[in-house]
Amino acid sequence: MLNSTLCELSAALERRAISSVELTRLFLDRVERLNGALNAFITVDAQRSLGEAHAADQVRAAGGAGPLTGIPVAHKDIFCTRGMLTTCGSKMLADFVSPYDAHVIERFASAGAVLLGKTNMDEFAMGSSSESSFFGPVRNPWDRARVPGGSSGGSAAAVAARLAPAATGTDTGGSIRQPAAFTGVCGLKPTYGVVSRYGMVAFASSLDQGGPMAKTAQDLALLMNVMGGHDARDSTSLARDAEDYTRELQTPLAGLRIGLPREYFGTGCAPHVLARVREAIAWFESQGAKLIDLALPNSGLALAAYYVIAPAEASSNLSRFDGVRYGHRARAYGDLADMYCRTRAEGFGAEVKRRILIGTYVLSHGYYDAYYLQAQKVRRLIARDLAAAFARCDVIMGPTAPSTAFPLGANADDPVQMYLNDIYTIPAPLSGLPALSIPCGFDGAGLPIGLQLTGSHFAEARLLGAAHRYQQATDWHLRVPAETPL
Amino acid sequence: MSWEIVIGIETHAQLTTRSKIFSGASTVFGAAPNSQASAVDIALPGVLPVLNRAAVELAIRFGLAVGGTISRRSVFARKNYFYPDLPKGYQISQYELPIVVGGTLTIASGDAHKVIRLTRAHLEEDAGKSLHEDFHGMTGIDLNRAGTPLLEIVSEPELRGAAEAVAYAKALHGLVRWIRVCDGNMQEGSFRCDANVSVRRAGDPVLGTRCEIKNLNSFRFMEQAIAYEARRQIGVLDDGGTVTQETRLYDPERDQTRPMRTKEDAQDYRYFPDPDLLPLVIPEEQIERVRATMPTLPGARRAEYVAQGLNAYQAGLVTASREMADFFDRTVSGTPPLAPTEVANWIAGTLSGRLNESNLDISQSRIRPDQLRTLLLRIGDGTLSAKMAREVFDAMWAGEGDPDAVIAQRGLKQISDAGAIEQLVDEVLAANPRSVAEFRAGRDKALNALVGQVMKASRGKANPAQVNELLRRKLQV
Repeated sequence: MLNSTLCELSAALERRAISSVELTRLFLDRVERLNGALNAFITVDAQRSLGEAHAADQVRAAGGAGPLTGIPVAHKDIFCTRGMLTTCGSKMLADFVSPYDAHVIERFASAGAVLLGKTNMDEFAMGSSSESSFFGPVRNPWDRARVPGGSSGGSAAAVAARLAPAATGTDTGGSIRQPAAFTGVCGLKPTYGVVSRYGMVAFASSLDQGGPMAKTAQDLALLMNVMGGHDARDSTSLARDAEDYTRELQTPLAGLRIGLPREYFGTGCAPHVLARVREAIAWFESQGAKLIDLALPNSGLALAAYYVIAPAEASSNLSRFDGVRYGHRARAYGDLADMYCRTRAEGFGAEVKRRILIGTYVLSHGYYDAYYLQAQKVRRLIARDLAAAFARCDVIMGPTAPSTAFPLGANADDPVQMYLNDIYTIPAPLSGLPALSIPCGFDGAGLPIGLQLTGSHFAEARLLGAAHRYQQATDWHLRVPAETPL
Repeated sequence: MSWEIVIGIETHAQLTTRSKIFSGASTVFGAAPNSQASAVDIALPGVLPVLNRAAVELAIRFGLAVGGTISRRSVFARKNYFYPDLPKGYQISQYELPIVVGGTLTIASGDAHKVIRLTRAHLEEDAGKSLHEDFHGMTGIDLNRAGTPLLEIVSEPELRGAAEAVAYAKALHGLVRWIRVCDGNMQEGSFRCDANVSVRRAGDPVLGTRCEIKNLNSFRFMEQAIAYEARRQIGVLDDGGTVTQETRLYDPERDQTRPMRTKEDAQDYRYFPDPDLLPLVIPEEQIERVRATMPTLPGARRAEYVAQGLNAYQAGLVTASREMADFFDRTVSGTPPLAPTEVANWIAGTLSGRLNESNLDISQSRIRPDQLRTLLLRIGDGTLSAKMAREVFDAMWAGEGDPDAVIAQRGLKQISDAGAIEQLVDEVLAANPRSVAEFRAGRDKALNALVGQVMKASRGKANPAQVNELLRRKLQV
């Protein structure tokens, strides 16, 4: 059961091979046994989970079950969950119990899924290693001395170590895809506006997008069927008809045009990563896909533009954490300004402060044009490059991250080196495009490698279809870390 | 050398939507603190703003009323600063691309009119309130007002002096109420003005350094504050000093302005487009739909009344509010229609006097248009003399009912029956031979005494015009 896909679990529940309560208990036990070593979860409420599982079993008994009814799902601790801690990995919200549910939480609840717990993450989703959490770093199940990537590292580690059959994450510059690559799981960042941001603690509003993490592309499609869709409470949520993300799972690969940007296969990428990615691409070619050489001339500017725009928005989004209405407030302070200073100095970690400072700087009078406006122009150039590319191809493929998981603390003193992790994942959110990472092999040290597939707007189903075909022919996605045996 | 006072006004008009500009919470004034603050209003983590389309329609309405350009595309921006009653740490406003650009407002300036250009009008949300007095050693925060929709209306610095500034504020106040985009309630803060005041030597093309005066919550305070501030600045300059650009607060108790913050500690608001809201796109059809619902504006209505014979003062008074103009129209129209000038005399005179005495608005008038209309009809048909009419008016104001009921109740019907009047005249002539002789000797004034006697004999009910005419005829024949 622990290594089963969502389809298999759903079938097992339907034929009463197992009940949701039993299934939930199975995963809760595993969380209890392994979470101490991995630190993937911040909050687990077994009683609540079992209560929901019991209710799901009753729904099933009454004949009202859907594909996810009774299946435990872990949620990144960035999604507000009524009556439960929602910390965003920060001391600022360490005691914050949300009075309302995020749209994504509501959707999973109404689909009958069981909330298994809230997963650890980089503080306010700022990071690529899940080390900046106030609740301590998440460990990579493939090597506990290494990071799982971030910021959705808790969800990635939970799925990789089979502590949860599936999880949610959020992606701003690669926060779903890079940890998916580092932990050997699948993760999809949908087209901007497909998954409502309502109730998702904001990092960079124009980039943030929730998405699923699971063992297989097919599972991602099932999860997207629940997560996607219009929500009037998010003005950037797109008013589109509901779609079935499984619809292209059987589409053949013959004729698929795969774009290969030169810039993604350069010297910045570790050779073993490139080798596995090239092998995966060769497999697609063997199935009749066409390979197209591409240039994305402005992609070299993406990282710089991202690290202006995202901090700018973050500096404003995080202003609400001021100690006035909820969250951390300094115990002792003088006047109002002192209350703000102490509260925020105590409540935020170093990386969050760094980004607030950068963001405040680039929006300041006299610097706005040179930084923020310039970055927005670069953003448009990058989007234009990608739009031109998608006139010539259906899917862009390349490595998800330039390396495999690095050791904990490796980039502690070098934020720029840390930011370089996002080099391949940033163009998609800057352009609002969907992108997904799937496992495509391991390096010499046995660490997973991710293949990234990027599509044009609303091409999720096509991406998932291509990934599914690949997973029918490979088993990278079913490998389980030796440190967390089944 | 003389000084010229230059003023530009920024007005925050609270729009008359039922719910807030970015949340579904109610905007009704006076509720228990924080009872009208939703998750969005208190800025919980993860909440998002959703634009209230009704606020947009009201802004379009205003833009059309002032002849401004409705931006087909405008952008909401974040104005970032920390304050406890600003829950998100930023205010959502419009910065570079406001919803209304330009437009004009015509104001009364002495006996003439002056056209004041508007810079812009933009949508934004209000902040909450800090309650410094209610808790010892602490500040309370009431977020009921947070997120209330405001239209900030900015004039060009084209007002010259306190009187013009007040005329502008009154004209704007009248207009926003007329088109029903703002209730204009200044006590509740629905209509708030800040004045940017500077002075310069007459003829100097360059503007002087300005000070912004806040807290002008009545027209009277506005006039006093601007007059004080202009005097202060002239004093500084006359003494060879320079005016410091700063924000000042008007203190009505002391009738003076005092510094609040200087330009040096002015904040850098770090405006940038709000990524949570899409650019506001207004299709032409929407503008036309709003245009179709626009009432005749006060300026046009004033011109109509002047054409009907009202003088400038009456026309201005009758168009002071849409309720007043409607009251006037309802009184005039009907069968038979009344003379507009006659109605205007009554409304501008007796009725306005009464309303002012009792500090009432026309909508609170104790006399309805149909009652005033009947009263004027009874004057016209000779039932009432002018004096009796005033008595009936007073009785109606006191709540004694319709004019005809009052007339019957009080036996006020004027005697216009020629036979009855002739009998009284004959009796008076017989009883006052001396006055008769004096009149015949050429003393015209003696007639007044005889009229008075007849009126007295009729206990005031005889039609004075008829009495007069009859006496003259009898005495001269």
